[in-house]
Amino acid sequence: MVTMDSVLSLISGHYNYWMGIVLMMLGLYVAISRGNLIKKVVGLNLFQTSVFMLYISMGKVTGGTAPILTGKPDTIYSNPLPHVLILTAIVVGISTTALALALIVRIREAYGTIEEDEIAAIERQFEFPKDRVA
Amino acid sequence: MPEALFHHLPVLQVVLTLVAAPLCALAGSRWAWSIATAASIIAFAITVTLFSSVLDGTVISYHIGGWAPPIGIEYRVDILNAFVLLIVSGIAVLTLIYAQKSVTAEIGSEKHGLFYAAFLLCLTGLMGVAITGDAFNVFVFLEISSLSAYALIATGADRDRRALTAAYNYLIMGTIGATFFVIGLGLLYMLTGTLNMADLAQRLFDHGDNRTLRTGFCFVLIGLTLKLAMFPLHLWLPDAYSRAPSAVTAFLSATATKVMVYVLLRFLFAIFSFSFAFEASVLRVLVLPLAMIGIVVASVVAIFQDDLKRMLAYSSIAQIGYMLLGLALVSQTGVMASIIHLFNHAITKAALFMAAGCFVLQAGTTSIRELRGIGRDMPWTMAAFVVGGLSLIGVPLTVGFISKWYLVEAFIAEGWWPVALLIVASSLLSFAYVWRVVEAAYLRDAPEGVVRKEAPLSMLVPMWTLAGMSIYFGVDSSLTSAAASRAANALIGASNLFWQ
Repeated sequence: MVTMDSVLSLISGHYNYWMGIVLMMLGLYVAISRGNLIKKVVGLNLFQTSVFMLYISMGKVTGGTAPILTGKPDTIYSNPLPHVLILTAIVVGISTTALALALIVRIREAYGTIEEDEIAAIERQFEFPKDRVA
Repeated sequence: MPEALFHHLPVLQVVLTLVAAPLCALAGSRWAWSIATAASIIAFAITVTLFSSVLDGTVISYHIGGWAPPIGIEYRVDILNAFVLLIVSGIAVLTLIYAQKSVTAEIGSEKHGLFYAAFLLCLTGLMGVAITGDAFNVFVFLEISSLSAYALIATGADRDRRALTAAYNYLIMGTIGATFFVIGLGLLYMLTGTLNMADLAQRLFDHGDNRTLRTGFCFVLIGLTLKLAMFPLHLWLPDAYSRAPSAVTAFLSATATKVMVYVLLRFLFAIFSFSFAFEASVLRVLVLPLAMIGIVVASVVAIFQDDLKRMLAYSSIAQIGYMLLGLALVSQTGVMASIIHLFNHAITKAALFMAAGCFVLQAGTTSIRELRGIGRDMPWTMAAFVVGGLSLIGVPLTVGFISKWYLVEAFIAEGWWPVALLIVASSLLSFAYVWRVVEAAYLRDAPEGVVRKEAPLSMLVPMWTLAGMSIYFGVDSSLTSAAASRAANALIGASNLFWQ
């Protein structure tokens, strides 16, 4: 039996995960569908951020506090390992974004545009560009 | 060798190249090449030592920082990844020797320091992926190698500005692939609470089949197949390989996708357990047909390319199809065929791309039309190309024949005749695209007024080393097939498999 209550608790009980999935889909869609190179990077960032949310949500222990030693023996801590993993993943995400933006700067210098379809048109126009690149 | 040093060998090769990379950047153009070459030669020597010590089936387990697994990160060397490490570091040494002249011609001298730094980082990443026994560590090294690979490909912009867009597209696709992989790992971690590969395998086996495991498996599979360019997730590869500098293409084509095939093998056979019927059916129903379509489509597209490097890139997609065919069969001979083809294709394709790089240096073009008559002007380079081409086709006495032999044998053993026939028939397609180059090079007259000299010795030697290996291991395959067969057995022995 699917009741209204069970649907609501499925949504509210896993709120982080639902939002993670929404962000994931939005990010992936933007990264694939946009023709503007910067917007693609924005989509990619959104996609990666959703994964950070997924990891951090899974590290949460009900009633647990931040994983800093309190000295009391009965303290419940959240799982710190996913946090550490995500610190690494954030660094990777930043490097990827930095490299992507650097490439976009170079692409704009070389083509004068950052729109994918215009770049494709220019590439078709100059089949043998090695003679023309400054 | 002192015992203490020997103990740290697994981590040393990764640390060494990692530390040498910033040195290259600091030293600048004058010394960068020497530092990179020295570092890669030492890494290769370490790999040879590791390979010879695991050849008898021992497994070296190295605990980073002295923290025992499954809490700490473990580097685990068995025969399979020692074999992959040998390929990666060996190709790196040969490519670096080759790169000195090629890179000077194709990339502005002010960038050489950074170029070799990125090259070493890429090598670090690939070796790290191969050696680590920790699933999240795979992701970290994967991104180290990928990010430096994007930068390396973009350095092709000095010759062809389209390298920039190729690198950008590869970055988007590669990052999506790596993120899928991380999502999959996250789900597996949720299920088991561990990231150590051996521990993960045990706990997943205890859990049995469930929906989170299936979802995690799919994410990992899609992420990795995007990275290794399985048809139809291959769209980044032709642009990236055809526009990157020649030395980069030779290195990446021989190592990057091969290491991804290794990770896929490791996850499929050592981590996910095969009593898990869902996995076997995904491989046989989804991956196997896609591999077959990929072989045919990519080979046909290759026939119609005028750019030699682009043709070889499409051929790479087809060859990756053979590796996937072997592992999708889910049998011990199939896995062995995949591993042996991984080695064979690495040396063959590196030799071919090196030949293409020699054409770039001496003829200034990779257009097959403009390379008419090149066989008379550059006999040694073209001869190496022919050897590589024959190996792609799978002519006897070349390594390509050995791979196809084992692959066909694996499919016949399972009674899958149509696939075996397709493997043989697809050789005809490879023959068609190799023949186009051979015909243009030997049977046509050179264009008027073009002067082309033979490539310098420092490029011919690494190229012929690889071409020679393609023949040597094609005649006497006992070493490679023994290593591949033991690696396949180790992979199967490492998991609690139930083989049909």
